[in-house]
Amino acid sequence: MYAVEITNLTRRFGEFTAVNAISLKIKTGSIYGFLGPNGSGKSTTIRMLCGLLAPTSGDATILGLDIAKDSEAIKHKIGYMSQKFSLYDDLTVIENLKFYAGLYSLSQPEGKRRIAQMLALAGLENRQNELAANLSGGWKQRLALGCSILHNPPILFLDEPTGGVDPKSRRMFWDIIYTLSQAGTTIMVTTHFMDEAEHCDEIGFIYNGGLIASGPPSALKSSINGLLLEIPTPEPMELLAAITSRQLPYLDIYPFGANLHVLIAEEHASRYTPFAANLISPSLEDVFVHLVKSHRKEVLA
Amino acid sequence: MIRLKALLIKEFIQMRRDRLTFVMMIGFPIIQLLVFGFAINTDVKHLPTIVFDQSLSQDSRDFIASLTASQYFDITDASTSYQDVTDHIQSGKTKVGIIIPPDLSANLKHGQSAAIQVIVDASDSMAASSAISAAQMVGQLKSQEIILNRLQGYTGKTFALPVDVRIRPWYNPDFVSAFYMVPGILGIILTMTMVMITSMAIVRERERGTLEQLIVTPLKTHELILGKIIPYVFVGYAQATVALLVGILVFDLPIRGSLGLLYGLTSLFIIASLALGVLISTLSKTQMQAMQMSFFIFLPSILLSGFMFPREAMPLFFNWLGNLLPLTFYLQILRGIILKGVGLSVLWTQILALVVFIAIVLTISIKKFQKKLA
Repeated sequence: MYAVEITNLTRRFGEFTAVNAISLKIKTGSIYGFLGPNGSGKSTTIRMLCGLLAPTSGDATILGLDIAKDSEAIKHKIGYMSQKFSLYDDLTVIENLKFYAGLYSLSQPEGKRRIAQMLALAGLENRQNELAANLSGGWKQRLALGCSILHNPPILFLDEPTGGVDPKSRRMFWDIIYTLSQAGTTIMVTTHFMDEAEHCDEIGFIYNGGLIASGPPSALKSSINGLLLEIPTPEPMELLAAITSRQLPYLDIYPFGANLHVLIAEEHASRYTPFAANLISPSLEDVFVHLVKSHRKEVLA
Repeated sequence: MIRLKALLIKEFIQMRRDRLTFVMMIGFPIIQLLVFGFAINTDVKHLPTIVFDQSLSQDSRDFIASLTASQYFDITDASTSYQDVTDHIQSGKTKVGIIIPPDLSANLKHGQSAAIQVIVDASDSMAASSAISAAQMVGQLKSQEIILNRLQGYTGKTFALPVDVRIRPWYNPDFVSAFYMVPGILGIILTMTMVMITSMAIVRERERGTLEQLIVTPLKTHELILGKIIPYVFVGYAQATVALLVGILVFDLPIRGSLGLLYGLTSLFIIASLALGVLISTLSKTQMQAMQMSFFIFLPSILLSGFMFPREAMPLFFNWLGNLLPLTFYLQILRGIILKGVGLSVLWTQILALVVFIAIVLTISIKKFQKKLA
């Protein structure tokens, strides 16, 4: 039922706690999005699950295998791709793929078949004899993904796979992720793009090393109580100051691009009519901003 | 096996792509051997010498002729004052000053001891010791000749020397420096290339981030380390072959022992050096650190292994320190097989030392590497 189960997973680097007692479960075959700002502990968590880092405390199992005891067995069942291109620049596309086919001990015909599939998946059929160094960001990313799923792993860990990649390539990349997910692969992906997070079956928000919320995107959005108003303005900060100085009631207020977002209780809606405010449904970013702010308040209180 | 094979193929492709490094790995031994084989000569001859001959007699001319005939001294200047001699040595124009007193002939005639002063610039100790022993030899021969002549004059009989020391320099009777140097340089070249290349190997993957991707695959630590060692065994053999060919073709190096044994034992040394490189690689975080640690191995290898200076002359502690370097044993093997023509019965201690070295270093590397994953 659950491909990944994490219980109180913690990792400290000296005094610094990078990951603080995270617990979560990922359903088999789902896409789990791990969201959070840089340095919040996303990568550290994934690196522990892949056996690159040992946890300081806590447990995790992958397909029922313990990450501390069965790390070698786990390596056959996972694919991992990180934000940094980690293939060989001085090997060609096909040489990189053949190398990883060998590392996963694929048989000759099986390797050939899978490499052909990966080339097709990544759209690299016509570039197989080019050095990896000559590929641009999006192509490199797809090659790296191809190498990490050659052995058809039931679980795939993607650590900011679309960092530094143009929007078109990002979309292509997500198409591949969907295809894999439909074929039954469980995927855990970290990102800080909110639009990517919308595509996930379930999301975990991680902030300062702790998991502050998790659930399907729709559930997270409906967890926000109150009405969310969007006020278009070229100067959101000034409007924010104006509203606070007038002591208008609100639950939360924050600038959002060229808009000001104000979360209010239903009964106060009339107070905001002069601002030409639009009633909107919260995006994941609204959810995240709100969660972070209330988390901070909790910590301060 | 499939994993190791994949790793080896990858290493060979990368090696082939890196043309410059590849050319250097083969060109390096040739250039070094030619340069050092010709340039380095431990038997210092033809030292520029200034003579201040105050006697200006047949005896003084005889003595000077004997010095020149020894080939150790080239008389480049004749001086007329003591100060002149000092100036020449001070300025480095000459390395040796010979001062013959005015009463040389008179003293010899009256059977008294005649003092000849030999001033040597000992700031260069190798040249100085050559000059000193040559001058002493010439002086003693001259004295013997005079004494024998006198005895003959008194008694009318011919005399033989009471003690006749007959020296037989085995293995290298003509003191050809190249015979001594070429095997040494072969060992140094192998140490430098092998340690340097492998010390970079794993660290480079760490720096580029490719190591991380390797760690999440089922590749085992020992497979990774073997994959980094095996390709360079071939490079090591190519270097050794090139070096031996240059030695034989250019310097007429004799191979008195078994070439097969030499090649076999060379593999031990290559593996020992590669293992050392791998250890450095697992200890360092950046290529820069790996480079610095490699140099930390090179200098002792050159100075303490017996390549440059005789190990017998070292204080016990440093002699012992030299025993921690694989090159020390490999040099004994090389000189033993090439110059002395000895075999396994003599070299087994050196072989054992290399095997122990490899076992210890590889074990530490594998242990150390596994810890760094965590």
